[in-house]
Amino acid sequence: MQYQLKINGETRTVDAEPGTPLLWVLRDELQLTGTKFGCGVAYCGACTVHVDGYPTRSCQTFVEDAVDTDITTIEGATDKIAQAVQEAWREKDVVQCGWCQSGQIMSAIGLLTENPNPTDDEIRDYMNGNACRCVTYVRINEAVKLASQKLEA
Amino acid sequence: MTINVSRRGFLKASAAGTTALLVGVNAKGVLAAGSSATAATTDLNPFVKIDSDGVVTVIIKHFEMGQGTTTGLTTLVAEELDANWDTVATDFAPADNNRYANLFFGAQGTGGSTSIANSFMQYREAGAAARDLLVRAAAQSWGVDASTITVENGMLSSGSKSGHFGEFVAIAATLEAVAKPAVKTPDQFKLIGSSKLHRKDNTGKTNGSAMFAMDVNLPGMIYAAIMRSPKFGGTVVSFDDSAAKEVGGFIAAQVLPNKAGVVAFGKNTWAAFQARDALSVEWDFSAAETRSTDAMIADHIAMLDAPQFDANHQVPLASVASVLSDAAKTIDAQFTFPFLAHAPLEPENCTIEPVGDGVRVHDGCQFPTLTRPMVAATLGLDPAKVEIKTLYAGGSFGRRANAASDYNVEAAMAFAVSGRKVPVKLVWSREDDIKGGYYRPMSAHRAKIGLDGDGKIVGWDHRLAVKSIAKGGPFEMMVKDGVDPTSVEGVAESLYRLPNMGIGVSDFTTAVPINWWRSVGHTHTGFVMESLMDMVATETGQDPIEMRLSMLDPAGANQARMIEAIKLVREISGWKAGDTRGFAAHYSFNTCVAVVADVTVEDTSVHVNKLFMAVECGVAVNPDVIRAQMEGGAGYALSAIFRNEVTLTDGEVDQYNFPDYELLRNIEMPEIEVAIVASNNAPTGVGEPGVPPTGPAVANAIFAKTGKRIMDLPMTKAGFDFV
Repeated sequence: MQYQLKINGETRTVDAEPGTPLLWVLRDELQLTGTKFGCGVAYCGACTVHVDGYPTRSCQTFVEDAVDTDITTIEGATDKIAQAVQEAWREKDVVQCGWCQSGQIMSAIGLLTENPNPTDDEIRDYMNGNACRCVTYVRINEAVKLASQKLEA
Repeated sequence: MTINVSRRGFLKASAAGTTALLVGVNAKGVLAAGSSATAATTDLNPFVKIDSDGVVTVIIKHFEMGQGTTTGLTTLVAEELDANWDTVATDFAPADNNRYANLFFGAQGTGGSTSIANSFMQYREAGAAARDLLVRAAAQSWGVDASTITVENGMLSSGSKSGHFGEFVAIAATLEAVAKPAVKTPDQFKLIGSSKLHRKDNTGKTNGSAMFAMDVNLPGMIYAAIMRSPKFGGTVVSFDDSAAKEVGGFIAAQVLPNKAGVVAFGKNTWAAFQARDALSVEWDFSAAETRSTDAMIADHIAMLDAPQFDANHQVPLASVASVLSDAAKTIDAQFTFPFLAHAPLEPENCTIEPVGDGVRVHDGCQFPTLTRPMVAATLGLDPAKVEIKTLYAGGSFGRRANAASDYNVEAAMAFAVSGRKVPVKLVWSREDDIKGGYYRPMSAHRAKIGLDGDGKIVGWDHRLAVKSIAKGGPFEMMVKDGVDPTSVEGVAESLYRLPNMGIGVSDFTTAVPINWWRSVGHTHTGFVMESLMDMVATETGQDPIEMRLSMLDPAGANQARMIEAIKLVREISGWKAGDTRGFAAHYSFNTCVAVVADVTVEDTSVHVNKLFMAVECGVAVNPDVIRAQMEGGAGYALSAIFRNEVTLTDGEVDQYNFPDYELLRNIEMPEIEVAIVASNNAPTGVGEPGVPPTGPAVANAIFAKTGKRIMDLPMTKAGFDFV
């Protein structure tokens, strides 16, 4: 089947079987490999993208359900909030292996879009759906806080 | 910070020539320099490359799984070269067992927390040699004495003259490198020891551009997923792919040449997964593991009665019995540990690409020295025809380094049965990973400790049973007198003065493949030793920290380092007599780590509030990377001791994915304070040593709060849950 998807502001046409997770369309068909595969069961958050502005697990989003939505991947995360988050991530040297970090960053952007000034507990609760096997949580939480401060300034 | 180099101002130099200066070692292992123009015809493999527009590229001989090696090795070169840190680029080395060898292994590979330790002088000397060449080239070019030239931030100056590195590479490439260049003394360090350096892999890993092995996309590439035996050691009898043929994007299915599984090919990863899941396979389980976990635990425990090998030749186990029978009191304890999956967040994957009459292996390759010949043998190729392209690895924790090079060989087998015409990408699902073996082995320990009337230890009978990692493969040479050192490490070389300590070990056997898991034998030996020390302290009414300090000899080099680490953690944690927090300290990978754990227990719910960690790892090359490795090592230990286990029922793995093999989550993460002992000792490992003492520190804290001693892991078995 052919599907038209709006990804990072561009309309892209892809060939995919119905029922194919958006994750694999992004990675294998469109070479948008910044979105990562971690578990395939919506449990780790490595595949998080934004669908209509909301952090969404692309491993559980069928390609046919992504039609007529606005999809943003890490490659298209370039707005002011995204920049603040990415800068904060670099200043705090959050990353280790890096495999989960696209998903962490997409979730953090979602949090700060919804709640520009989250408390420590709100950060931990919101970010809890994104697992990090290298266990960079201390720095993730500090970086979200720092990004929030950058946006306030 | 950016790793993109501004080319403004360098245009003139770029136009002047395209030669790059290379500095590395030649086939004799001697430092040498050369020009990129002639490198193809020489035997020089560089550690550092400086091109005519001044860009410095450090060639990283180790792989990057998150431990910070690209940042670390770059620091060593940039320090001695006086390069501009922000603009230094990095690239991974190709497979070359001689010139890119891990100097501790004598072969190319990453492991044992050795990347910085083995490279410390080698990469610094390469940087120093490059600097010396540039200085001499500038002296020649300017007609000044070399002693008048200063180097800073990638610029050379003398009097009113100044120029960037690139302007002198053409001349420098014609000069002879000094074999033993002078390196800086610690007081001259600007980058080594600085907490202000940011990671070199920061940018790519925060904007989606970093290339990991699973991100490889090649023209014409097909995707592969493998149906493996549900019981370890089973083989394929026959298969039926009629249901797979209904899957859109399915290409074909084939039995692997070694009959260990059936590979399904698809037009994309999803099609390969779907088709694989639709295969129906008949298995031969005659050589397979068919026991359940309970039986395997019982079999480990039974082996403790009659250990096969003595691991301490000075004190045979048999000689300890009489000492213990004379003891005023004994402490008896038995511990068991489960299989653990490494679960790197990027599941195992590997792409084999046909290139001329050979192949290119795209992999987050931890052990090129094994992967290259094993892929070559699988494909009937000369190893020289196997090129390895190392990409970022999304974690490893030991999983990507194993004697079988299992997933590389699987990819090669899939490529072979595919007809060898197009690139084949093998991808494991998370279920494949959790169920796929190469686990931290199960183990059991039993100890009997004898105390005299004053509470002093007079004898120690220590037995353990565990499957050997080293035996029966390329690491067999590690085995001495029947003892695999990775089975007993952490007990056998304990830093404590333990008189009359006999150690017996038995090799458990099973078809379940096992492997090193972040900190290897120390994952269980550290827990056992530090739990036992806590039991001795409790039994004899001693402060756990004071007791350990009294058992370390300040005249011993590593004991003295451990004393420093223990005193530092005591200081930062504000430890007091009668403290009800938990303490543990462990020496592993030549590094000393001491931990104080502050936990709250309500009924059976445990929350770790804070961990204080002190580490003595010699010169702290990148203090912030060290802190990150302590944070990560501690967190990695926590999910394991809390709740992770791989169990078997009739030989089949019970767990399937993260919902029943739960990683540590953000809300569970304790606060962590890390302190680094100031040291001028040679640098030692940091990737693994944070793991071993964390578990027992938490267990000892739970004991201090509840009186309950945890001896069978994970802790959920003792009825605790974690919040």
